[in-house]
Amino acid sequence: MSHFKKKQSGTSQEIPTTSMPDIIFILLIFFMVVTVLREVELLVRQDLTDAENIERIEEKRLVSYIYVGPRILSPGNYGETRVQVDDALVAPEDFTAIQNVMRQRRTEEPRLIVSLRVDYESEMGIVSDIKQELRFADALRINYSTRRAEGAEEL
Amino acid sequence: MLKKKRGREGAEIPSSSLADIAFLLLVFFLVVTTIDIDTGIGLVLPPPPDPEQPPPEVRERNMLTILMNERGGILINEQRASLQDVQEIVVRHVTNQGQDPNFSESPSQAVVSIKTDRNTEYEPYIAMLDEVIGGYRVIWNEQARQRGYTDYAAYRRVEGEPNPIRREFPMNISLAEPDPGS
Repeated sequence: MSHFKKKQSGTSQEIPTTSMPDIIFILLIFFMVVTVLREVELLVRQDLTDAENIERIEEKRLVSYIYVGPRILSPGNYGETRVQVDDALVAPEDFTAIQNVMRQRRTEEPRLIVSLRVDYESEMGIVSDIKQELRFADALRINYSTRRAEGAEEL
Repeated sequence: MLKKKRGREGAEIPSSSLADIAFLLLVFFLVVTTIDIDTGIGLVLPPPPDPEQPPPEVRERNMLTILMNERGGILINEQRASLQDVQEIVVRHVTNQGQDPNFSESPSQAVVSIKTDRNTEYEPYIAMLDEVIGGYRVIWNEQARQRGYTDYAAYRRVEGEPNPIRREFPMNISLAEPDPGS
């Protein structure tokens, strides 16, 4: 018996839990800070392509998104390629609306970056039309949003 | 008298449930969080064309024209090329230093012009653009190594941006308006 006793003696077997709330609080604060709640509901599909020579946008505040892709009619069912800005689809004849929106944002935030989130199946014509509007809106910094290809390093 | 007032329950706020509340909040934020770091190919568009001022003339040899048709075929300076060749040709063009008469006179004058059809698909276009930027990256890495850094990223950490390498080897990519296509 004494043999067993020796092994167990000394320190208590319980894990100290007094610091648990603190640890949880720190985790909580971390997640609160990094959380970005989704602001828009996507109306177009967003299957981005991969690229290797990508850069990371550090300041998310500066970014405005333009979504391009086949319209989601129902889950798994896609229509023709459309453009979405904020929560609304932009009709092809209303592309000047993009220019107006972006010009206004550009005056509010001169360092504006427009992130073009384009589905891989889109065609360049529509992308180029958007780029023309952005040029006239003087929103010249753009970013073709892509996923990071395997083994890619950020520039 | 005094004793009576102090007695009964403790005056402290019960804190035993604090951990539970924090836990619930933590779980909430864990579920909602999408840590998606935004990555992509960054470019700067040219300012809108000024009707009174014609675009600056670029000598033909300084311009590397990359055309991509609707089937993803690539023409570089009117010669067929495959996607794998793009990076190497861009490096050759930019670092030519006036040697080959078909390529640029100096890195700062070198321009890469990219043109597509309206029907060109986005995916091959990005693949090609990626290769072009990859070409510049090779050049910058090489320059950084010559200056005693392991690569351009290490150089940039020290020198910041803009820096001498970027000034000497600027990324001049011209995105021409696409042809109407068929």
